[in-house]
Amino acid sequence: MEFLTDIVLLTDSTLRIAAPLILAALAGLCAERAGIVDIGLEGKMLGAAFAAASAAAITASAWAGLAAGILFSVALALLHGYVSINQRGNQIVSGMAINIMVAGLAPLLAIAWFSRGGQTPFLDSSMRFTEITLPFADVLQDVPFLGAIYSDLISGHNLLTYVAFAAVPVVAWVLYKTRFGLRLRAVGENPEAVDTAGISVTLLRYQAMIIAGILCGISGSALSTALGAGFIRDMSAGKGFLALAAMIFGKWKPVPTLLACLLFAFVDALQGRLQGVSLPLIGEIPVQFTIMLPYVLTVIILAGFVGKMEAPKASGIPYEKDR
Amino acid sequence: MSASAKKLPGAVEAIAMPFLNTLIAFLLSGLLIWALGEDPFYALSLLFDGAFGYQEGIGYTFYYATNFIFTGLAVSVAYHAGHFNIGGEGQAMLGGLGLTLAVFWLGDTAPVLSVIIAILGAALFGGAWAFIPAWLQATRGSHIVITTIMFNFIASALLAYLLVGPLQRPGGQMPESSDFPEGAGLMKFDELMSVLGFSFEQSPLNVSFLIALLMALAVWFLLTRTRFGYEMRVAGKNQNAAAFAGVSVPRVTIIALMMSGALAGMMGLNELLGEQLRLIGNFTLGYGFVGIAVAFMGRNHPLGIVLAAILFGVLYQGGAEIAFEITTISSDMIVVVQGLVIIFAGAMPHLMRKPVTAAYARLIGKGAA
Repeated sequence: MEFLTDIVLLTDSTLRIAAPLILAALAGLCAERAGIVDIGLEGKMLGAAFAAASAAAITASAWAGLAAGILFSVALALLHGYVSINQRGNQIVSGMAINIMVAGLAPLLAIAWFSRGGQTPFLDSSMRFTEITLPFADVLQDVPFLGAIYSDLISGHNLLTYVAFAAVPVVAWVLYKTRFGLRLRAVGENPEAVDTAGISVTLLRYQAMIIAGILCGISGSALSTALGAGFIRDMSAGKGFLALAAMIFGKWKPVPTLLACLLFAFVDALQGRLQGVSLPLIGEIPVQFTIMLPYVLTVIILAGFVGKMEAPKASGIPYEKDR
Repeated sequence: MSASAKKLPGAVEAIAMPFLNTLIAFLLSGLLIWALGEDPFYALSLLFDGAFGYQEGIGYTFYYATNFIFTGLAVSVAYHAGHFNIGGEGQAMLGGLGLTLAVFWLGDTAPVLSVIIAILGAALFGGAWAFIPAWLQATRGSHIVITTIMFNFIASALLAYLLVGPLQRPGGQMPESSDFPEGAGLMKFDELMSVLGFSFEQSPLNVSFLIALLMALAVWFLLTRTRFGYEMRVAGKNQNAAAFAGVSVPRVTIIALMMSGALAGMMGLNELLGEQLRLIGNFTLGYGFVGIAVAFMGRNHPLGIVLAAILFGVLYQGGAEIAFEITTISSDMIVVVQGLVIIFAGAMPHLMRKPVTAAYARLIGKGAA
């Protein structure tokens, strides 16, 4: 019985941890399918987390926080877009610059505005996205198995977690079933063809960056106003890079990317559960080693021992009209 | 406008353009200080006072600059080979571990020898920590940016484990090792000066600065005077052309990235062997990332890197003064400046091309008329 509770708890926290990863990975996916490499997911997440927590603390509204998070993240995405599209600059360098800039800017502003050593004020539950109990969750609790799954696993998450899981089919639908999605994918594979057809490569890529900005904005807001209760220095802790690795592992496709995110989240949830637990044969694993798990997994996945990975052909290459 | 007027002379290209880009980054930083309700000119005067106003301050400025020369050269060597090594943090941590092990191994019996072995140990461990990402990049095409970032996190956890476990000072509570044995350290600048008959206030500045300058010279020699340096630069510009010309691109990639890791690893010489005289957790304090800004600002040229490193030394030492005097501005400001420098000098090198070209053409036009 204890084993079963463990499974339920583990799955529950996997879903919770997966949400920001999924949103960020989808952001990276939209950008790269349009031909822009976005190493700056981490910075956009962190920036959105800070903006959301600050706005929520000042206005006492989680929704205002979310709006601020999205706005800031979109602004950073547009900056990256300007460097990548108009300036034809190095996209990796630009993404890393955004990561570093935000890592400094967020605590700098936090100290200047709130004087709390780089944190934002604590958000109580009225200023956060809290757990939602889905309809009939109480009634169905007693139905064997399915009831437990519905009531304990599916119900009782915060709104942004549901948004994250809903975003997967939406992004997949837009990418594969709409004309806009077709053009977006085309601009990442063969921008010359798109240009020849009389469609603006620049506009499409900016649109992709705005979508990426919105998704990253929700992701970062989830960190500070749903999973956490305020902004803490460096709270993204490499999640933007994990999301990027998940997207690569998911072969730049929405559903496999979702599965990859769930794998990362599961490992993260597992390492949380393993802390201080004595395992048979091995004994207790030092906490520093369990913390390493998601990072080691990322390296193993990127080593390509799990299949070949092909990026969109034009991804990372600036488009020059008269080339 | 004639075709020749469109092309900028080398000096304008190499000095004026990066200078303008860096200037924009600094102007924006000043605007940010102003937006926070402080006086940017007062901040600037504090900056210079802190960095150059007294001998100890100057010592600190060059002490920080030493770190940045090492990490800047590290980023630059990898960049010349066409790779973006952002694992300087992790490689420096492992370098620190390598030198610490060497010092504890030999320090009691032969302090001088232990220092020499420690220098080699720092480079060796830093290079080794870069090996796996380098090998994965060269043979499997794994994204070097993500793998090196992951290795930073792994290194940080590894060091944390060692410093609360096997390497922790017996009976200590902090995540740090025992003190290095007597004599196992690098000479301080003030000691060196007094040997030479001058006096200089005490500061953490030590002979690592000279080692860093030597490394800059070595990197310059490697890049411009050796066959391998040439192969590296060709591979960095165009992998296909390099492969066609008979260069083994995987081999060049792995060696270049390991040299990059070794340079980052040597940062520990300054911090640990020069000043702290013990291994501390997270002693790298983001200096590995500063190397990125330094490399771009210095246009990936060793001399440029030394100058950019000194400028960042000024920012760190003077910035500490600002953070001390103006409480609304924390030392995180320096990280913002780094980001701005990287985006303007690194990602948008051509931002000012049009206005500079126009201004230059007008200047030439006047000269001819």
